[in-house]
Amino acid sequence: MAELTYRDALNQALAEEMERDGDVFLLGEEVAEYDGAYKVSKGLLDRFGVQRVVDTPISELGFAGLGVGAAMVGLRPVVEFMTFNFSILALDQVINSASKMRSMSGGQIGVPMVFRGPSGAALQLGAQHSHACETWYLHAPGVKVVTPSTPADAKGLLKAAIRDNDPVAFMEGELLYNVKGEVPDDDDFIIPLGVADLKREGGDVSIITHGSMAHVALHAAGQLAKEGIEADVLDLRSLRPLDVDAILATVAKTNRAVYLEEGWPYVGVGAQIVAIIMEEAFDDLDAPVLRVTQADVPMPYNKKLETWAKPGAARVVEACKKVLYV
Amino acid sequence: MEEGQVVRWLKSEGDRVANGDIIAEIETDKATMELTARGDGVLRIILVAEGGTAPVGDVIALIGTEDEDISEFQAASPVNGTGQSEGAAAPADAEVALGTSVAGEASAVAGETSAATGPTAGTESPSGDIGGRIKASPLARRLATESGVALSSMSGSGPAGRIVKRDVEAAIATGPATPVGAAPAVGTVAQVEAATPVGTAAPAEAAGGTAAPIAAPPFVPSGAEFDDVPLSQMRKTIARRLTESIGPVPHFFLTIEVDMGRAIEARSTINTMLEQEGHKVSLNDLIIRATAAALRRHPACNAHWMGDSIRRHNRVHIGVAVAVEGGLITPIIRDGDLKGVAHIAAEVRELAGRAREKRLQPEEYSGATFSISNLGMFGIHEFTAVINPPEAGILAVGGVEEVPVVEEGEVVIRNRMKMTMSCDHRVIDGALGAAFLATLKGMLEEPTAILT
Repeated sequence: MAELTYRDALNQALAEEMERDGDVFLLGEEVAEYDGAYKVSKGLLDRFGVQRVVDTPISELGFAGLGVGAAMVGLRPVVEFMTFNFSILALDQVINSASKMRSMSGGQIGVPMVFRGPSGAALQLGAQHSHACETWYLHAPGVKVVTPSTPADAKGLLKAAIRDNDPVAFMEGELLYNVKGEVPDDDDFIIPLGVADLKREGGDVSIITHGSMAHVALHAAGQLAKEGIEADVLDLRSLRPLDVDAILATVAKTNRAVYLEEGWPYVGVGAQIVAIIMEEAFDDLDAPVLRVTQADVPMPYNKKLETWAKPGAARVVEACKKVLYV
Repeated sequence: MEEGQVVRWLKSEGDRVANGDIIAEIETDKATMELTARGDGVLRIILVAEGGTAPVGDVIALIGTEDEDISEFQAASPVNGTGQSEGAAAPADAEVALGTSVAGEASAVAGETSAATGPTAGTESPSGDIGGRIKASPLARRLATESGVALSSMSGSGPAGRIVKRDVEAAIATGPATPVGAAPAVGTVAQVEAATPVGTAAPAEAAGGTAAPIAAPPFVPSGAEFDDVPLSQMRKTIARRLTESIGPVPHFFLTIEVDMGRAIEARSTINTMLEQEGHKVSLNDLIIRATAAALRRHPACNAHWMGDSIRRHNRVHIGVAVAVEGGLITPIIRDGDLKGVAHIAAEVRELAGRAREKRLQPEEYSGATFSISNLGMFGIHEFTAVINPPEAGILAVGGVEEVPVVEEGEVVIRNRMKMTMSCDHRVIDGALGAAFLATLKGMLEEPTAILT
C-alpha cells in the first residue's frame, strides 16, 4: 500500500496498462507535451513515445472518432477529454458509433476503448463548464459508465475499464485530483465494473451516491452520527453495469434511502435508482426515496448562488431526517 | 349470499305498505326468502322487475310518501336495479335494499352498506385512514400483515398520519387488542388444548385425584362466542405456502376405520327406549353427537380460517350436509355437544325435511363451525369432502359394512365404517387432525365415552 493522490493513482493505472499491453495508447488535447491539463498523463510521453501518447487538435468529435476507429481494428485507445463538458461535441461518436457497433455488427466488431476526463462542477467555472455528464452517457445502452471517488477506486477501476472489451466512459472528479488515499501497489489491482462499495456502514438510513458526491455523503453521515443516526453510505462506483444487489441490500437493511448526485434531478441518475428501488424493494420501504441533486438550473457563476445550487451535506442530512420521520 | 333474484312482487307500484308487510319473494343461492317492508308508505317504484337479479345491498324498490319527488330514480327504472347506488341522495323514506330483511346475513349487509356510505367529507383521521384507505408505508403494510396486527388499530406518526414501521412495531410491542371477555376464554382454550385423546389420561388437576381420567374441561356456556387467535409467523408461513401450492383452501385428508359394533348396539338400546315415544335415532345422529363431543376436546379443529387470524369457536355447531334437488345444503345442529342424541335426531329430521323444501331460514344453515357429510346410505365406502370455508374441517362418512377382520389370530366378521376428514392445513395440521379422529373413533367404538 502506498499513499497516492487520485491523480497519481490514475497515472499509475495508465502506465501499468500501457506497459502490460502494447495496444493501449492515449490521445487527447495536451496529453503529451503538456502532461495533460490536470497532469494525469505526466511522464507518459517520455516513457512510451509519440506513437502511444498522442496530442490532438481541439477537435473532440474528430479524435473521439479516431479512437473509435482504432478500437474497431483492435487497438485499445484511451481518449482523454480535457473535461467531459467538451465531450458533448463528441457525443455522436460515442452514442452513434462506439455504443452501437457491437450490436450492429452482430457481435463481430467490438469497441474496446475508454473515454476519460473530469466531469462535474469545480469552482466558479460557469454554466458551460460545470456539467455532471453521467446521464448523457448512461442513457444509451452499450456504453459503460464509471465514476471513481477515491485514489484506490480510480486506479482499480481505470485498469478494469482499459481491459474491458466495450466502450467505457470514465468520469473523474475535478476536485478529487489532489485527494490522497491508500492504493494497493499490485500491478494487477483491479476493481471489477459493476461492484458498489459500502463506504460507511450504518443501518438507520441509506445514502446512495456515486463519484465525488461520496465525499459529501460521508461528511453528511458524520454529521448524522453526532445526532445518533447511523447511515450506510453506498458508493455505486459504476452506474453501468449497476450493482442492483447492493442497492437492494442496503434498502432492505434500513428501509429508507436518499440518492445523492451531482447532476440535475430531471431524469437524473437518481430517477433511475429510485425506479429500481420502487420496483424491486417496494415492500422494504418505510418512506419515499428522496433525492438530493444540483438545483434544476444552469450552474450559476456567482459564488453564493453556486454553493446554493450544489448538493451539500446539510441538504443530505435534512433529507435523511425526512425519510427517518425525525 | 352475494346477489339475489326477485321471484315475485307481492305488492305493485302505488300499493300502500305497512312495516312488516311481505312485499316480495327473493331467491338466494340457498332458499327463497320473504322480503318484508321496513317502513310505512306507498310502494312508489319497483326498480328490479320479477326475474331480475341484484347484488346484496342494492336498492330494488322505493317506499315513500305519495307526493315525494323520486324523479332521480325514475330515470333508470324499471329494469334491473343495478346502478342505483346508495351514494345518490335518496329522497324516499325507506329504500328497500335487497336482503335487508333477511336475518343472519342481514346484519352483514347492513354493515357493508354503512361502510360504503360511511366515509364523511374530507376530514383526515389521525390513524391515516383517508376515505376508507389507510395510509401506510409499504414496509408498515408488510410488517402488519406478517405480524397479524391490523393497521386500522393503530395511529400513524408519519406525515399526514402515515403509518410507518415504528408505529407497527409499537403496536406489536403492546400486543393485539384483546376482545371483550377474552381473558377467561383464553384460559379455556389453553386448558382444552392440554386435553388428550380418549384413552390416554389427562393430568388430573383436582386435589385428591377425584377427576375422571378422561375428563374434558367443563363447558361454560357464558363468555365469548369465540376467540380470535393471532397468527404466528409459522402459522402464516404454513398458510401462505400451502395456499400457493393448492388453490384457495389447502386440503389434506385423513382416513380412519372405525369398528361400529358398539355404536350399533347403543343405537338399538336407545331406539328401544324411545320406541314408546315413536322416536328413532340413526347412526348418523350418533356420529353428529360424537363429533361434537370430540370437537369440544379438540377446539383447534372447531375453528374458522379468517385470513389474518384463526377463530376458535367456543360453541360447537355442526353443519350436516343434506342433498336437495339441484344441490346440497348444510343445516346446522347448534351446540351439538350439549344435546342428547334423540334431540339431535329430531332436529336433523326436521331441518332436513325443510331443507328439501328449500324452506330453511339463513340462520339455520349459516355459522357452522364444522361439517359432516354422510354418503353411507348411498353405498359409498369412503370419500373425501370439500371444506366449506371458512370452516377448517369436514368429515366424510362412509357406510357401515360387514368385513372380515383378524382379531387375536382369528378371522371374525365386524361392522366397520371409514371416515375421512378433510382439513384446511392453514388451521389444522396432520397430528392435530389425527388426534381429533382418534378421539372420535374412541367415542364411536365406546359410545359411553361421549358421556365423559
